[in-house]
Amino acid sequence: MSHAAHKDYAGAKLGMWLFLFTELLLFGGMFLLYAVYLKRYPEEFAAGGQQLNWIMGGANTVILLTSSLFAAMAVTAIQREERKRAVGLICGTILCAAGFMVIKYFEWSAKIGHGIYPGSEHLKAGPPGESVFFSLYYMTTGIHGLHVLIGGALLGWIATRVKAGAVHAGDFVLLENGALYWHLVDLIWIFIFPLYYLVL
Amino acid sequence: MTTENIQSATQHSFWNDTGKTGISSWIFSTDHKRIGLLYFYSTFGFFLVGVLLGLLIRIELMAPGRTIMGAQTYNALFTVHGVVMIFLFIIPGFQGSFGNLVMPIQIGARDVSFPRLNLFSWWIYMIGAVIVLASLFTGGGPPDTGWTFYVPFSARTGTNVSLAVLGVFVIGFSSILTGLNFVTTIHRLRAEGMTWWRLPLFTWSLYATAWIQILATPILAITLVLVAAERMLGTGLFDPSRGGDPVMYQHLFWIYSHPAVYIMILPAMGVISDIVPVFSRKPIFGYKMIAFSSLAIAAAGSLVWGHHMYTSGMSDTAVLVFSFLTFIVAIPSAIKVFNWVTTLYKGSISLEAPMLFGLSFILLFSIGGLSGLILGAAATDVHVHDTHFVVGHFHYVMFGGTGFAFFAAMHYWLPKFYGRRYAEKPAVVSWALMFTGFNVLYFTMQVLGMQGMPRRYYDYLPEFATLNLVATAGSWILAAGLVIMLVNLFRGLWWGAPFEGNPWGGATLEWSIPTPPPTENFIVEPVVTHGPYDFKGSGIP
Repeated sequence: MSHAAHKDYAGAKLGMWLFLFTELLLFGGMFLLYAVYLKRYPEEFAAGGQQLNWIMGGANTVILLTSSLFAAMAVTAIQREERKRAVGLICGTILCAAGFMVIKYFEWSAKIGHGIYPGSEHLKAGPPGESVFFSLYYMTTGIHGLHVLIGGALLGWIATRVKAGAVHAGDFVLLENGALYWHLVDLIWIFIFPLYYLVL
Repeated sequence: MTTENIQSATQHSFWNDTGKTGISSWIFSTDHKRIGLLYFYSTFGFFLVGVLLGLLIRIELMAPGRTIMGAQTYNALFTVHGVVMIFLFIIPGFQGSFGNLVMPIQIGARDVSFPRLNLFSWWIYMIGAVIVLASLFTGGGPPDTGWTFYVPFSARTGTNVSLAVLGVFVIGFSSILTGLNFVTTIHRLRAEGMTWWRLPLFTWSLYATAWIQILATPILAITLVLVAAERMLGTGLFDPSRGGDPVMYQHLFWIYSHPAVYIMILPAMGVISDIVPVFSRKPIFGYKMIAFSSLAIAAAGSLVWGHHMYTSGMSDTAVLVFSFLTFIVAIPSAIKVFNWVTTLYKGSISLEAPMLFGLSFILLFSIGGLSGLILGAAATDVHVHDTHFVVGHFHYVMFGGTGFAFFAAMHYWLPKFYGRRYAEKPAVVSWALMFTGFNVLYFTMQVLGMQGMPRRYYDYLPEFATLNLVATAGSWILAAGLVIMLVNLFRGLWWGAPFEGNPWGGATLEWSIPTPPPTENFIVEPVVTHGPYDFKGSGIP
């Protein structure tokens, strides 16, 4: 349309925030199941939580927090028209995302190596609460991992837009929304980590 | 006006604005009016598919025993009827078609906030619809779980449930994106002078609906993902033998699907709130209360999902609380009905087709709403739960309510976008047939339910035979009316007499612009100086 010149920043950000609400509610469904099943199987949940590697989980928490910092710094950089630095910082975020997924890979493969995965014989033989715990664990961290991948890909695309000069100090809402999405990915992990690794 | 003049007026309209011709000028257009018509034809097409399936169900139930199909086919048929009607027609229908067509004009905007996202929503909707259709012909055959996909059956049946839930999941995205697009649009793009208290009530209802779409749909998404995981990975989260709980599935499902009922009915109430004052020649009574009650329904309606589960094994406390909250929702609904009726009082009512459909909405929705209270009270619900009473009840609300409001909107707004109109007499005849057939069909169902006929059963006891025959006869009257309505409406829209200016005498902004609307909607940016139902202020006699 011929009226592309008019751009509504507040509107674009409002739209993004509304989308973030929907993501929170998506995970909310799984947190709800967590709450109900924790009440029903407190002992099995505690035993399951003990089996998770809090060092790996902790490392991933630090990585995600750092990545979020990079994302926020990238937004500041673009506001100062430091395009190169912004691209570098976004790449830092993407590297962190990759690191997160690598650690997740080792975490999951160790568990799967022990025969712990949804529908496994080991879980079928064990107490029902244990099966529920690990199924929820895999679903929650799996869907979160999917969001890390999507967020990483999104930021990668935004980095090319920044490089091309389409995102600049006068028009950076795309990067800002991308960073908002990344903060959400981080934020959800901030809830997953204590619920599965620490409090049980 | 001669045909020549119509054509010259049409030349500046959104119908011939692009260099492109043919289908690509539609399916790649970001114009909200074109997207609205895309939505209209696709959702309404699925409505007709759903109608055919419904008629087949009624033919099967016409007499006890096998009539035209086997039991498995029957199971698939009522499942697909539900899935198509709910996920492919009634949820995306109003927002997608009339929301897109009318809302930006009603608030004085050129388009929605995110036009490309709007087109994307339609594409996602179509992709989801194709996936749902594919599930009918691939794998183990069409799903046979009922549209609710209840576990444990949905986790075990050999039919193609996985693909069907994937399709519904994809359509959910489309719903969310439309919702956030509309909320942003209504917040950001209102014209100068279009204050919140000057928003037409249709727009108000879309606003409330959009919030439900944003807040409730993600819960459906995660629920469907969990069902698919149950089938494909064997997570066992809803499987009692593995420590899961099927009732948790029902909770999650209804946390979305009950508010979704209000996604379906709120825009319909909005249409009625726009039509009743126009055809009564009177400002709407209790404007603020109607606007407020839309938000109240959206809020309270999100807290009542448990009333679908009185017999599922919830605690008595939960049943009491959900029953109480269900009765609370009746208050804002009643506020709307009373305000419409009060608007009619001493009005100068003109009974044209949109108004006839609108008035029947009020009556049929009231019957549906009151029978809902019978279901909302735990004591009576236990007796009629999962009977034909429930089927009758929600068809009164969804079809008698939303369906008739959709027809009202078709007769009220489509001529505005086509610049041509239908013939009045056949429209009235079709309305009379549909209204009669509807009541014969669904009131009979409610009686059958009271007598104890269960829903979703393939066969029934001989004592239910007479009433089932009556109901099936009703479905034919209804279908005959529908055919007459469609032939008359579309013949009118494509070849009918010219429709121009403001023949109904509406005071909302869409009636102040040329017919059909120009691409940019407004030739000069509007400055709003009066309310949406201030007929005197806008100089309408």
